[in-house]
Amino acid sequence: MLGRTGEAKGAIGAAAGIESPDRLVELLDRQAYLADEGLATAAFLALRMRRPLFLEGEAGVGKTELAKALAALLEAPLIRLQCYEGLDAAQALYDWDFARQLLHLKAAEAAGVTDVGRLEGEIYDRRFLIARPLLKALETGPSVLLVDEIDRADDEFEAFLLEVLSDYTISIPELGTVRATTPPVVVVTSNRTREVHDALKRRCLYHWLEHPGFDREVAILLRRLPDCTETLAAQVARAAARLRGAGLVKPPGVAETLDWTEALLTLGAKELDPDRAAATLGAALKYREDVESVLSRGLLRHE
Amino acid sequence: MSEDAGGPAATGEDAGGLAATMTGFARTLRAAGVGADHERTHALLGALRHLDVTRPADVYWAGRLTLCAGPDDLPRYDRCFQAYFGGRAASRRPAGAVTVTRHTLALGDEAGDDAGEGEQESAPGSASRTELLRHRDVAALTEAERAEVHRMLAMLSAGRAARRSRRFEPAARGRLDQRRTIREALRKGDVARLLRRTHTVRPRGVVLFVDVSGSMAPYAETLLRFAHALVRSEPRATRVYAVGTRLTPITAELRHRDPGTALDAASRAIPDWSGGTRLGEELQEFLGRRHARGDIVVIASDGWERGDPSLLGTQVARLARQAYRVIWVNPHKGYDDYEPLTGGMRAALPYLDDLVAGHSLAAYEDLSERLAHA
Repeated sequence: MLGRTGEAKGAIGAAAGIESPDRLVELLDRQAYLADEGLATAAFLALRMRRPLFLEGEAGVGKTELAKALAALLEAPLIRLQCYEGLDAAQALYDWDFARQLLHLKAAEAAGVTDVGRLEGEIYDRRFLIARPLLKALETGPSVLLVDEIDRADDEFEAFLLEVLSDYTISIPELGTVRATTPPVVVVTSNRTREVHDALKRRCLYHWLEHPGFDREVAILLRRLPDCTETLAAQVARAAARLRGAGLVKPPGVAETLDWTEALLTLGAKELDPDRAAATLGAALKYREDVESVLSRGLLRHE
Repeated sequence: MSEDAGGPAATGEDAGGLAATMTGFARTLRAAGVGADHERTHALLGALRHLDVTRPADVYWAGRLTLCAGPDDLPRYDRCFQAYFGGRAASRRPAGAVTVTRHTLALGDEAGDDAGEGEQESAPGSASRTELLRHRDVAALTEAERAEVHRMLAMLSAGRAARRSRRFEPAARGRLDQRRTIREALRKGDVARLLRRTHTVRPRGVVLFVDVSGSMAPYAETLLRFAHALVRSEPRATRVYAVGTRLTPITAELRHRDPGTALDAASRAIPDWSGGTRLGEELQEFLGRRHARGDIVVIASDGWERGDPSLLGTQVARLARQAYRVIWVNPHKGYDDYEPLTGGMRAALPYLDDLVAGHSLAAYEDLSERLAHA
């Protein structure tokens, strides 16, 4: 009864010896990625159930990083499809190599080949096909497919992504159906600037990622930046929490606090003093209005 | 339900019991407004096969990952989990943070029964009467006259300006159509000519913000009827939000074909009828989670901003940077002596492409033309 979503043969999860979400937390930690219970359970189930993982949350909470960490720990290539408005099938699935097809036709003509059927078979051959990320992910097994920022693509794109994700096949009219031998581990991310269609979400495990709490953020800074002192990490995390509560256009995510701390370390800072903080603020805040508002309200002065 | 026997799912001793327990849980969620449908419940059961059903945390996460579809679902999920499985703090969020109380405030005294029977009242007006009606302020009309204006609003459909879509079609000029060129070369044995293709067009998106605060009350129903006509004519390219003290998306409610039913649904969805306006905060909320890139933004409000006008100014400026056009519809603009003096209006004015009237049928026809030819 539950066979449809049961584990596929040779699931990567089993192969890598991941028997529980806790184990996955350990393995992700080795990749310098600190996952909490919810995210680890989500990723664990994604591996076991062969279901795409749909990660939603504000920019910079570590959605993309998770896909990278998963690829590293599974020792599988990461294949990334960055979405943008206007992304179409030719950019996401496959395209024919027009120039080489033409050359081939010209060469055949010069050699006196006129059999249309034969020519057609020749130019619609696999070697003239350019694999774009989705096709590449099906052909590369095992792999981790990252469909990044799907909310930026038009909703038509969701329709053919759904088609690919529902049975891990792509049909190419001239060539036939390409089927994944080992379905890729799929991570879809969204910043939620647009509501993604429910049909797609239903195919996935849905996880909402929040900014980390103070303790976790300190832990992440220390884990990722070995030179960082505990004092500095705590001060940056506290400042970041203040900035997130300040109603900014773009509150800093973990990615930004990491950048910011790195910038401070580069300047030789052992503590977050207001002058250095102001000088490096551009690493954390990306809008002029935000920088001005933070400086004028004195939000960088800590206790 | 056993609380100490190990966990929530432990009541179901075999798979059948577990399935029944989880199906019941999904039903509870659906009642609370989470779209936990059959397929998702199925996925939950699949997920539990890989986890430890005696661990409450595993059950909590398996359910949350498979049954929820958005951040709005999460507080409801936590509450239902608590209620259904009980006795355990599964959540890190405070449960009950969200109130789902909804008020139904009538759009006018007659809005409720006005739904289907608008026909009876007004005799079909003569051409000149209609013409007069067309220019009169809807706030000053009798019920019968207003009903007639609303009927004409429902028929309003001037079309929608087009923007380039991502799709292509064969064309005499444009980009090289590689696939068709190769096809033809195959058929004819040589590349006789290069075939071309060009983008098709699709309707340009409209995002309409309707101010439902107290000062706009005389115009609210007419505006919503106008919104309904827009949604009906371009359902996929129109988004409507009610704004007052909070931002409420009402596009889905307005999709219904019958204006009365659609308005009823929309009015039930709006929790803050006839309050004040905090347009700045609400546009900020909109911009934080949604965008209006390339769309025509229409703000229908009198600009009586209860919040900080300078915040409204900044947010309209942000909107103007990403939108194709920003049009402000102000009912009072229809009068000759009108000057944009309200705080909100003055803050927003520098960033607007158009400031137009919104008090009469003629004004809405004009607006509709603008959307068709923007």
